[in-house]
Amino acid sequence: MTERILHRFPGGFHPEQHKSESNATPIRMAGMPAQLVIPLKQHIGATAEVMVKVGERVLRNQRLAKADGYVSAPLHTPTSGVVTAIEERAVPHPSGLYAPCIVLSPDGLDEAMQAFEPWADFGSVSPLLLRERVRDAGVVGLGGAVFPSAVKLAGTPGTPIHTVLLNGAECEPYITCDDRLMRERADEVLRGGQILLHVLGAQTCLVGVEDNKPEAIAALRAALMALGDARFEIVPIPTLYPSGAEKQLIYILTGEKISRERRVTERGFLGHNVATAAAIYRAVVLGEPVTRRVVTLTGSGVQAPGNWDVPLGMLASDLIAQAGGYQPDVARLVFGGPMGGFALATDEVPVTKAANCLLALAAKDAPVEPLPMPCIRCGKCAEGCPVELQPQQMLWDARAGDFERAEKQDSLFECIECGICSAVCPSHIPLVQYFRYAKTEIWQREREHEKSSLARERFEFRNTRIERDKQEREAMLAQKRAQLAAQKVSESPASGVSAGGVSVSGAAPDDKQRAIAEAMARAKARKEAAQAEKQAAPSQDEGTSA
Amino acid sequence: MRFPTTTSPHVAPANALSQLMRQVLLALIPGSMAAIYFFGWGVLINILLSVAAGLLSEALMLALRGRPLKPFLSDGSVIVSAWLLAVCLPPLAPWWLPVVGISFAVVFAKHLYGGLGYNLFNPAMVGYAVLLVSFPKEMTQWGLPHSLAEHPLGLGESLALVFGGALPPGVAWDGLSGATPLNLYKTELGQGLSWDAMTQAAMFTPWGGIGWQWMALAWLLGGLWLLWQKVITWRIPVSILFTFTVLSLGFHLYDPVHFAPPLFHLLSGGLMLGAFFIATDPVSAATTARGQLIFGAGIGVLVFVIRGFAGFPDGVAFAVLLMNIAAPLIDHYTPAKPFGRHKP
Repeated sequence: MTERILHRFPGGFHPEQHKSESNATPIRMAGMPAQLVIPLKQHIGATAEVMVKVGERVLRNQRLAKADGYVSAPLHTPTSGVVTAIEERAVPHPSGLYAPCIVLSPDGLDEAMQAFEPWADFGSVSPLLLRERVRDAGVVGLGGAVFPSAVKLAGTPGTPIHTVLLNGAECEPYITCDDRLMRERADEVLRGGQILLHVLGAQTCLVGVEDNKPEAIAALRAALMALGDARFEIVPIPTLYPSGAEKQLIYILTGEKISRERRVTERGFLGHNVATAAAIYRAVVLGEPVTRRVVTLTGSGVQAPGNWDVPLGMLASDLIAQAGGYQPDVARLVFGGPMGGFALATDEVPVTKAANCLLALAAKDAPVEPLPMPCIRCGKCAEGCPVELQPQQMLWDARAGDFERAEKQDSLFECIECGICSAVCPSHIPLVQYFRYAKTEIWQREREHEKSSLARERFEFRNTRIERDKQEREAMLAQKRAQLAAQKVSESPASGVSAGGVSVSGAAPDDKQRAIAEAMARAKARKEAAQAEKQAAPSQDEGTSA
Repeated sequence: MRFPTTTSPHVAPANALSQLMRQVLLALIPGSMAAIYFFGWGVLINILLSVAAGLLSEALMLALRGRPLKPFLSDGSVIVSAWLLAVCLPPLAPWWLPVVGISFAVVFAKHLYGGLGYNLFNPAMVGYAVLLVSFPKEMTQWGLPHSLAEHPLGLGESLALVFGGALPPGVAWDGLSGATPLNLYKTELGQGLSWDAMTQAAMFTPWGGIGWQWMALAWLLGGLWLLWQKVITWRIPVSILFTFTVLSLGFHLYDPVHFAPPLFHLLSGGLMLGAFFIATDPVSAATTARGQLIFGAGIGVLVFVIRGFAGFPDGVAFAVLLMNIAAPLIDHYTPAKPFGRHKP
């Protein structure tokens, strides 16, 4: 086989790796804590719908909540126990958000139920059923994006997928959960890849792994040898952040640059994280829903860095206590990696499907935000930008409040918020923060614009309705006047010329009937109009509350 | 346990402003040493005077504007500006020349525009241009290179001349100063002399002026180091030097009698200093990749036009200032082409 030619994406950054702290020891099973807090929304999309009641006993693998809509994911319990509360609890979120959670008291028996029928011979199962299984098992992107995997597998009609990418780049510093997973469960990852190939009818599976993980690459190669599947290729890629960003990875492996406007599926690619692939394997072949994940607990702020197989819903504080606790000088706790993750205000938040890493930093490694100096337009940010933007220009426009320019001229929405610009800025300007701010401002304005145009539409409709009513009324009056005039005209000659007595008496009941029918029609129209308005009213309420 | 939160990324900053400025100052050392070696203590006196006056004006303006002194004085930007202006001044200029120049630059070109990061024009070049048009006599009396001077001045004599205007006994001002090679080129060309006749003058070597060519090479050395350190990118200097070389070579081949060869131009005057240290000032230059190429090409063309056809001997300062005006426009018309948007 010919050597694959790799492509270097523009920009990029070499942060300090800090992988060795946590990747030397095998994944350890976290003990079951006294309490699990399971947020109903651990994925992109609609919040899951609760299926259990407070006081109910549940078994391991039992469904706690079902997917609410197409883009959503169900939740399952990691152990047996009793639901003690369904209430708002602190969840991992940059703002310290409280969100609905199911609180569970494990009973220590760990009684399980078989959630799904295991399909060891998945090749004989139809793609449709497999996709449903992936959906029912609550599989979402475990690389941190937590997008429901089944939605991705549905693909776009008319654009077949030829290549599945298994993303094992793990380019963020400190994080090693995928590294350990690939070393220890390489077979699960590759078999998950086989399921993906089968579901999508794709021909090739590329497994991209940064070359700072030689053991993982060796483990994958060994597993592939055993599997003997010629459709797979394990590709070591140069270590350069953010090689794990989907479009950057596709470019590295294939040389195809795909802009933000296009989905990768349009070009026949589909990417999944290696941990997601392993979860898909477990869901299909073992019939297990997603109830645990591997979490890297690391940083200079913890006693014993390492990787843990953690039940979803375990509080970070419990996990850290189990792992030996903090260093005395711990100063910051980050959810996710140091480049793209966010700082937690408290450790009493649960581990969710998104939690690939909990990073505790000692004071020396937790940079306090220095006083930002003015931008000198040195261009370091532009040099580092993996999507070829001009962050210094975006900063200028975002700060000036010229969001239209930031969007149109500077292509603000191409920004993938990788954090390189902030990291390399010699003036220590929190650039990414400005870009997030500008994006939310633009979204907010769009929403307001939509609202105001809706209100204008409604107002215009009301005006035309009033106008129409007026015209109808006038038309009716005119008709009546014409009728009266006609009556007068017909009456006067009738009395004088012919014996019109019969015709007059014959016309009178007709007129009456017509008047009654018209009145009834008017009443009906009024009623209908009122009803239509009533129907319009709730949507208006929704509009204002949304 | 609760933690204070900050925004991502949670990594130590990879760069610092003061670090960048320190690197620029370091890169200025070889050229400055060459200047001191060939043109005497006056160069060093200029640098010290300019830096001192620059820091003072900066502090004064910061105080007037109610800005914190420490972070802005320690960022080193004003030292870079002051140093750059100082090495462009005649080595035996009276003390008030660098003082007036840098003070004007800091007050008017920098702080009245909003301070660091907001100046439209390169401050050092504004200072230089103001001095050149206001004090043409002082600005054109260059000290002769040591080897040509009748009496090379010592440190004490230089100080006496700079601060008191006192010449050592028995030494005439004409014996100390003279025209620069570019000045000579300009005046003699105006008198109809050919390039070959000019090069007979004592100050010329086969490829430049005595002292000047070594200075230019030392600036080049510092500039290459800045490139290697990734403080600057190649686009602006390469674009300037390429455009200028192509133009001067073309004209020299077309009319070798009246147009000097490119090497003389490249190694004379402020071209090397300008290409690597002045035009690359990021605040006042274009920032997009394509924009920087256009910006540099504009400077290359303007320097050649000014040197070849205009009234001033060197054109770097005016070329840079003119292109500074165009930089925002250039940036506007060379917007980012984001990832994947190159092909339709």
